[in-house]
Amino acid sequence: MDKRDSFRHNILTSGHRACSGCGEAMAARMVTDLIGPDAIYINATGCLQVFTTHNQQSAWQAPWVHSVFANAAAVASGVEAALRASGKNTPVVVQAGDGGTFDIGLQCLSGMIERGHDILFVCYDNEAYMNTGVQRSSSTPHGVRTTTSPPGRLSQGKHHLKKDVISIMAAHHMPYAATATVAYFPDLKVKVEKAMGIKGPCFLQVLSPCPLGWQHDSALSVSVSRLAVETGLFPLIELEYGELTGVMRLSEQKPVEDYLRPQGRFNHLFASKEGLKEIRHLQALADARIHRYGLLQGESGWDSEQVLQVDRHGHNSYRKTAELDQ
Amino acid sequence: MRKLLEGSRAVAEAVRLCRPQVVAAYPITPQTHIIEHLAQHVADGELEAEFINAESEFGAASIVLGSVIGGARAFTATASQGLLLMTEVLYNIAGMRLPVVMVCANRAVGAPINIFSDHQDSMALRDAGWIQLYVESNQEAADSMILAYRIAEACELPVMVCMDGFFLTHTFEPVALPTQDAVDDYLPTYHFARTLNPTQPMTLGGGSEPDNYQEFRKAQFDAMESAQTVIEAFEAEFHEQFGRSYGGLVQGYRLEGATTVLLGMGSMMGAVRDIVDKLRDQGQAVGALRLRCFRPFPKDTLIEYLKTAQHIIVLEKAFSIGAGGIIATELRAALHLVGITTPVKSVIGGLGGRDLTPEVIETIFQESTADGCINDGFAPEHIPQDEFDSGQKRHG
Repeated sequence: MDKRDSFRHNILTSGHRACSGCGEAMAARMVTDLIGPDAIYINATGCLQVFTTHNQQSAWQAPWVHSVFANAAAVASGVEAALRASGKNTPVVVQAGDGGTFDIGLQCLSGMIERGHDILFVCYDNEAYMNTGVQRSSSTPHGVRTTTSPPGRLSQGKHHLKKDVISIMAAHHMPYAATATVAYFPDLKVKVEKAMGIKGPCFLQVLSPCPLGWQHDSALSVSVSRLAVETGLFPLIELEYGELTGVMRLSEQKPVEDYLRPQGRFNHLFASKEGLKEIRHLQALADARIHRYGLLQGESGWDSEQVLQVDRHGHNSYRKTAELDQ
Repeated sequence: MRKLLEGSRAVAEAVRLCRPQVVAAYPITPQTHIIEHLAQHVADGELEAEFINAESEFGAASIVLGSVIGGARAFTATASQGLLLMTEVLYNIAGMRLPVVMVCANRAVGAPINIFSDHQDSMALRDAGWIQLYVESNQEAADSMILAYRIAEACELPVMVCMDGFFLTHTFEPVALPTQDAVDDYLPTYHFARTLNPTQPMTLGGGSEPDNYQEFRKAQFDAMESAQTVIEAFEAEFHEQFGRSYGGLVQGYRLEGATTVLLGMGSMMGAVRDIVDKLRDQGQAVGALRLRCFRPFPKDTLIEYLKTAQHIIVLEKAFSIGAGGIIATELRAALHLVGITTPVKSVIGGLGGRDLTPEVIETIFQESTADGCINDGFAPEHIPQDEFDSGQKRHG
């Protein structure tokens, strides 16, 4: 099918069973429509698999396969090898949640990247095991209330930091790894298209709010994910062969409270002195990320020369910022 | 022309002749020589395949799963801990009805960790939905690879060829390798009806609910049952084309008029046949039956072979801890269904690579006849030749 028909032929059709306001459904719709029907999709176990292929029904209008939870990247490796062996170049795309990426699927994902398979792996990151009823994953930020990291007399929610999976990906020196959210479609579009144009393993981490697990109004999914970016908690970045080559700059940094308040999963933090300490910790993390990636226009923790060194100057990528400035 | 080949090499050569397009594996003793040979074939351009070094056996099984739905014939091999690590994927492959072929180089499972041969690894996977063929010789291992692809692709069922680690994988035997033309003639080009293809989008591996899950599993069971006739038919065809036969589902030895029959699997059966010959020479009415196809369990064929026996001994290199001999239990159930009450004695032996010597096997025959096949137990310890000859038997 002609790629131009993509938007008249949704890969993920209506009628599936996602919750209202599901960030993952939005993200998957955007990503798969951008890629189009001429691709093979491999899905890890999780919400997306459950709500799209329930009981002999399917919402997918492209070849789609699910095997087990941990192995999506390895199944995709096999599909890609088979296509290569048959002289075909149909794109292969993996879709997985944060559990299928950060935790149980990490080993197969690492193998897939190390072997250089020509596959795009998309992680819809909703920061917990939502399909099983909101249990913490290694993607869950610290301080978050989940059913297995409940706040209590002795606890302020999850004790451990969110795993920095994009850095783990970058450490594989893979051709392309990037973060995105459902709030910035043009940014997501550029990244998906860029990844699809690259031969070799690519990785996209798409922050996908879950109204059920994050306990926010289902109408707020887009604005909550925008706040994750605006506070600096979820930087939008691109990494090529391990090198930072693109960041979405912020005109101003919003306080993390703006992001935390609409979400019930952080409510308990506002109710005690210990909770407020966790909020200060989250603020410090946001500050550190802004500093690390040079997200603020104007003054950042880095001097201007350093910022230029890391801004959009990667392999077959955009023009260097330095050139733009000239 | 026959060549002296290590079992692993024989298997690798046979796999090469089957033209797999993807080979994925992870090293584990005693399987590793198989994939080493295949890696060399790929490196030398003698096998046009993608050789994928998986990050684990779990990954290797998943890669071959992906390969067969991506439109390529695929191969993997493993053993022991590796097979157990694959377990989740192996059930999935069978449930999705995918024609994957693999070799299990049978090895004990830990703890205690042990690299030597028994059948506890593959037999633990008996309920996974894989056809399991247990081979006795390197020639049979090689031939079974060709047969396995034919069966798997015709039945849309995965096939595991089980060969004893070290006893076969690391042992040299004369093997006749078929020509490429003959194999191409016997084994059609890979075709899988549900190959992933954007022009005909299909969803594979979707969910099911209480209202249809059971029907899926029943269909899987029925396919396994009907695979028995397919295996027999393809083996007959194999015999016609290559001149070698292994009896299909089971292989009998000197069963005419046999009142005592020993049933077993794999490489130990050579020693069993020697003892049968020796006891027959002494006038004892004994015979042997080699179970070649353990899954599907060939109930009717076994009953046919065993209905006139008075003592049945099952010697197996695996058992279900807390229940006992696996084949013996299943055989008793099969006989019971048709009202045969012949005593079946279960003997467990050869675990973790322990030798089942001819002397041990002879003792099992003698004791079983003496005790009327009543007492289950473990094989007697290995008896040194001099003690055995002087009649100083030690009983296990």
